[in-house]
Amino acid sequence: MTEAADENPKADDEEPSTAGADAATTDLLEPSEEGDGTATAEAGAIPDELGVHRTLRADVWRQFRRHKGAVFGLILLTIITLSVMVGLFIYPNDPFALNVVDANQGASWDYPAGTDNLGRDTISRAMYGGRVSLSVGFAAMFFGLVIGVTVGVLAGFIRWLDAPLMRVTDLFLSLPLLPLLLVVVIFFREPMTERFGESMGIWLLVVLVIGATSWMQTARVVRGDVLAVKEEEFVLAAQSVGTGTRRIILRHVLPNVMSSIIVSAALGVATAILTESAISFLGLGFPADFPTWGRLLSDGRNYMQINIWRTIVPGGLISLVVLSVNFIGDGLRDALDPRLRSKG
Amino acid sequence: MARYVIRRFIFAVPMLLLISLVLFTILAAAPGDPAGQLPLTIPAEIREAYRDALGLNDPFFFRWAKWVRAMFWYEPQHAIESIGNFCIGDCIQSGDRIVSFSSRSPAVDTIYERLPQTIWVLGLSLLFGILIAIPIGIYSAYKQYSAFDNVGAFVSIIGWSMPVYWTGLILIFIFSVRLGWFPSFYDTTHDVSLTSWSSIWFQFKQLAMPVTVLTFFNAAQISRFTRASVLDNLNLDYVRTARSKGLREFLVVNRHVVRNSMIPVVTLIALSAAGIFSGAILTETVFRINGTGQLLITAIGQADTPMVQTLTFFFAVMTVFFNIVADILYGLLDPRIRYD
Repeated sequence: MTEAADENPKADDEEPSTAGADAATTDLLEPSEEGDGTATAEAGAIPDELGVHRTLRADVWRQFRRHKGAVFGLILLTIITLSVMVGLFIYPNDPFALNVVDANQGASWDYPAGTDNLGRDTISRAMYGGRVSLSVGFAAMFFGLVIGVTVGVLAGFIRWLDAPLMRVTDLFLSLPLLPLLLVVVIFFREPMTERFGESMGIWLLVVLVIGATSWMQTARVVRGDVLAVKEEEFVLAAQSVGTGTRRIILRHVLPNVMSSIIVSAALGVATAILTESAISFLGLGFPADFPTWGRLLSDGRNYMQINIWRTIVPGGLISLVVLSVNFIGDGLRDALDPRLRSKG
Repeated sequence: MARYVIRRFIFAVPMLLLISLVLFTILAAAPGDPAGQLPLTIPAEIREAYRDALGLNDPFFFRWAKWVRAMFWYEPQHAIESIGNFCIGDCIQSGDRIVSFSSRSPAVDTIYERLPQTIWVLGLSLLFGILIAIPIGIYSAYKQYSAFDNVGAFVSIIGWSMPVYWTGLILIFIFSVRLGWFPSFYDTTHDVSLTSWSSIWFQFKQLAMPVTVLTFFNAAQISRFTRASVLDNLNLDYVRTARSKGLREFLVVNRHVVRNSMIPVVTLIALSAAGIFSGAILTETVFRINGTGQLLITAIGQADTPMVQTLTFFFAVMTVFFNIVADILYGLLDPRIRYD
């Protein structure tokens, strides 16, 4: 496969930060580990002509704020996440309370988006489902990211691992992933539920499977970045003072490929949420009494003529979350690009 | 170039064998068992005989080798025999071919029956997606940061974010349930005859919604990519040269810039042609089209291992094939790239 074929032409802009930004980028990576945030910020500060202290993190944030879509996405995602997490404590209707008398109702004051065929409230079920969908999205993204970054760094930094790891990546890219995901999820659900329990087993299975099939793009991008960073002088300097490979990778290489990792993380959340809802929508993911947005959408579509909100609410939430995550990813890409940032 | 093409196709064979082995391993490790669906009154030894008859008790590699032999040897031979209507040696019997557990008919025949529906929907939506997206992408790059560009960016990020199974359901609600304009499911028994207008009109109506949904999705992707690619070219030296020699702006853009920036776009389209088979699974479920995607879902539900294996392998062949096509197109279109 040609490199240029699957890379956005824009991706050429995403060069890793230069050696000068090395120290400052490290701060971005480890804000909490170094204890006091302000102390780190001062240590990594680069004074500019005006004598005002500018940190990388502040620069990135300022550039990010300028991207209207990204700010909108961040606000929207925060609102949805918060309402999913604490909404059920405030909202009066129980997501699991059966109430056959009120079954299949349209929107009303008691049920702002109506009820399902068993009289359960649409909104509270969407809130509960959001917990599952969002947690799957973030966990699967994280898992995929760990694999992708590990493969990418190893392939980029250790020469004899490069060819075999990249062939494995190519193999994964040629596999029909969605069909395979479906096969694995449906065939392995029983052993997993037996071992980890009904809900936890499926949750783990879905997270592992999505993570294990979504790391390839990250691996390729990170490998490309690592190959470039490896040739920089500061890596040579680190090697010449006898720094070990592990330390070079963790302290010098990783911070410099951080921007592409962050961008793939944002995109990864979107993909993971979409994939999970697709699996659930096909009725092959979580069981019916374990609502996720995809599952709610799939259940709701047969009652479209009775209560359209059962379709609009979960599907709309999936779209809004994915939309905001895509916007955030877009904003982060711009904000982390040193060339764009210096213009501002 | 010819040598490169031949080499790529030859190297694709071991890759496909490896992919089929991966698929086979996953399916063999899966606990699904067609004998599990038999009534409980059937005694254990008959159950065992049934499993024997299906070849489920053979060793793993033996089963895989049998599948590979059927897929790479018997199926092509059968295809040649049925096209030419003759036999090579002994005719291929349907027992030699890959037989579905649930329908007891050759899996490839079933896939062949289901393909037209999938290709209708996927092909049309890819075609319309390209026709809509490329002009939009070019114009929004040419007028970067204009109102047109911003609106285009917004619409395409929306198109990217909305899953096809949701947009599909909303369209069904509006146009089938409320307005009653289009049927909400796809009628495969409908034969399109080019002589009757009502037949063509019916086909148009049942294709309208699925094609719209997928077109929107494809166009969102292709227009962004086109825009980025055109932007990369607009500021290059050759564009300035073309302008400074007094060429009209229309020709500068359409003759020079667009031709150069279409190279990665064509490649992306070839690559996504394979990728949309996955999208077909969802679209076909939403609009109840009995294409290959829906076949996969039913086969998975019935633990029909040979069918799932063959079908996923078919998807893999498509992916590998379009990857090669993308690389070849790249070499053909861009004279700077020489593979030999």
